[in-house]
Amino acid sequence: MEAFADWFRWLYEVTGINLTYFYDPFDRARMLRGLLLTLWMAGVTIALSIVVGLIGAWLQGSRFRWLRLAVDGFISLFRNTPPLVQIYFFYFGLGYMLPRVPDVSSGQLEPLLSNVQWAIVSLSLFAGAFNIEIFRSGIEAVSRSTVEAAESLGFSRWQTYRDVVLPLAIRTCLPALSNNLVNLIKTTNLAYAIAVPELMYAAKQIWADTTNVPEMMITVLVIYVAIATLFAWGMTRLERWLKVPGFGTGA
Amino acid sequence: MARTHAETGSPAGAAAFLLVPNGPLRAGIDARAVIAVALVFLASTAVGAATATEGTRSALEVIWTWSPLLLWGFLFNLFISAAAMLIGTAAGVPLGVLQTSDLGPVRWLAWLVTQFFRNSPWLVLLFLCVFLIPYRFTVLGYTVLLPDWSKAILGFALPVMANVSEIVRGAIQSVPTGQWESSASLGFNRRQTLAQIILPQCYKRMLPPWMNLYSLITMSTVNASVVGVSEMITLTNEVLAAEGSRPALLAPLYGFALVCFFLYCYPIARWTQALERRFNVRG
Amino acid sequence: MRSVTHALGAPIVLLKHVCKRFGDVEVLKDISLEVAKGETICIIGPSGSGKSTILRCINGLVPVTSGSIKVDGVEVNDPKLDTLALRRKVGIVFQQYNLFPHKTALQNVMMAPVTVLKQDKAEVEARALKLLDKVRLAGKESSYPGELSGGQQQRVAIARSLAMNPLLMLFDEVTAALDPETKKEVLVTIRELAAEGMTCILVTHEMSFAREVADHVYFTDAGVIVEHGAPDEILQHPKEPRTRAFLEQVL
Repeated sequence: MEAFADWFRWLYEVTGINLTYFYDPFDRARMLRGLLLTLWMAGVTIALSIVVGLIGAWLQGSRFRWLRLAVDGFISLFRNTPPLVQIYFFYFGLGYMLPRVPDVSSGQLEPLLSNVQWAIVSLSLFAGAFNIEIFRSGIEAVSRSTVEAAESLGFSRWQTYRDVVLPLAIRTCLPALSNNLVNLIKTTNLAYAIAVPELMYAAKQIWADTTNVPEMMITVLVIYVAIATLFAWGMTRLERWLKVPGFGTGA
Repeated sequence: MARTHAETGSPAGAAAFLLVPNGPLRAGIDARAVIAVALVFLASTAVGAATATEGTRSALEVIWTWSPLLLWGFLFNLFISAAAMLIGTAAGVPLGVLQTSDLGPVRWLAWLVTQFFRNSPWLVLLFLCVFLIPYRFTVLGYTVLLPDWSKAILGFALPVMANVSEIVRGAIQSVPTGQWESSASLGFNRRQTLAQIILPQCYKRMLPPWMNLYSLITMSTVNASVVGVSEMITLTNEVLAAEGSRPALLAPLYGFALVCFFLYCYPIARWTQALERRFNVRG
Repeated sequence: MRSVTHALGAPIVLLKHVCKRFGDVEVLKDISLEVAKGETICIIGPSGSGKSTILRCINGLVPVTSGSIKVDGVEVNDPKLDTLALRRKVGIVFQQYNLFPHKTALQNVMMAPVTVLKQDKAEVEARALKLLDKVRLAGKESSYPGELSGGQQQRVAIARSLAMNPLLMLFDEVTAALDPETKKEVLVTIRELAAEGMTCILVTHEMSFAREVADHVYFTDAGVIVEHGAPDEILQHPKEPRTRAFLEQVL
């Protein structure tokens, strides 16, 4: 371990390439915390955006017209405005309007949601709007006659949905979903703009101290590309695992 | 009653269902979506206006006063996005063509470049360009100054390039191989086939995703505010400061920016969907 | 002889003055027919004459506008109808097979008894294997619908309906989408079923098959039953000019 750190010190002395996080424990901790927060935000926003998507797609099948219109309005709104301004609007605008609550430990009045939480909320809604459309198109792709077959066998509405519609819809919409979620992972770094100490923010703190801008920049880029690529690879594996012979290809 | 028909998949129900997307109902939904936006905006300004204390101006007044400046900033966003699209497309088309090259290493390299920039966060690419490209160049004794906004354009052009490259590759590969074979049999070489036979067939397929990309890049030009380019959001922040940083103004002013982008991007999105439908129908 | 059985048997299906309209279109106008236990009847007629709608009404997939449908003594046109109980008694096989594409042949057959009837899985599996063997698909248990030919899929669909132990089987132009070779396999299966005493209602364009298996033939056109009777009567010596015109066209 020490030899490892020494090698990067040597690299810096010889070439001027300064990867501080390999030999400086403080920088390493900062970087790791940033990376963990990025991963955590990515995980939580992915899960929440899927929940938003499922609820939205379900509401779009509602009997109430105004409910369907509300979902349509929500989708149009979030798809056609900049996610960064959405984050600002939520964090600064709505955050200011919400009441402040006393902190559990200190008793001081604190905002209801922290900047990390606001970032998660707005990013989940943003990606969720896309997910609604993805899920809906998947559900619409399940042929009416397959559903009729289930009904004719006595399946209830819920059983039909659970055993026939959903398993088929998920397979159809997986590629589009994977694409959107990769985009979401990349978009989480907009939280930087409201000072969420994620990967990019940690890197900036380090380069502000050590002026190793290019090294940190490239490090961040490589890490993001690696996360996105790994996730995309995992989704492809999932697709292959769920693949049913003779379904979805050609016909 | 009408609902039962749609559910039973009767011919009449199916016909009614097919009519909906182009019918008046769809247009009604559009109008309502726009109205919904307006309502959200009005609600936020109303809250801002209500909380305006003695001696300070209401949110609507503030927006009205500053709207020429803010809209000027919005125009700058549009300029950045147009320039980024231009450069990105000019670089992306050849890159996409190289992705379908006969030569393995060329194809592989083009693929690698495309994937790398496609999987990078746009904000990081923006940082990369703005912070790493020097402020001034000296070429052949001439000194060229590169202001931040020009570097930002490059920062947006990189992801455009990668995405255009993918669009082009997908479109080229969607043309049946028979087209290549028949062109070859007519004595066309690869370059001629590509330029005269294949690419002209791809325009239709490429246009909707390209427009989608344009819409996305337009919306992300606000990211340039993070690196201080004076586009709409930077100006909005300056207006906030000039108005004494009153928190009550935050929602209305950011809401104004949301509305501007929505009014610009929503019609583009509708148009893109219409094109997609039309091209799909024609196969 | 056949018409005598027809008059004497206790009716399993009894339609009285059934009308069905989709919006302004009157698909069924005053349809009355009855089917006795163990009987096989065929409904013939030009496309769009409402034949398939009759079948869909009998198992409650389509609610009727007016009139009465009784299946095994239970009124189908009743808002309080237990559709599950009805569909247990009535199996339906569709023109487009409508198998669940994400389930194997065996799973397709097992799904309804396990999910809807909550029957014991091992027991259902044993029965399903027998049924697949009966329709001559032994060895295809773990194939997915996408891997089977049209005729094979249709026989899985028949087995899937039989797994619910229905009193009555409805066949909706089940051979219309098949090529002559695979058509035969399916017709053989249906003939065996009819011979075993299963009550069957077939909507079909196969006139020679109808003549061979049917106890009674109904000719429908434009939503009304034009005439009905023993197969030889209707198919050889039709009284009505409309029936004659239709038969001249198809034969």
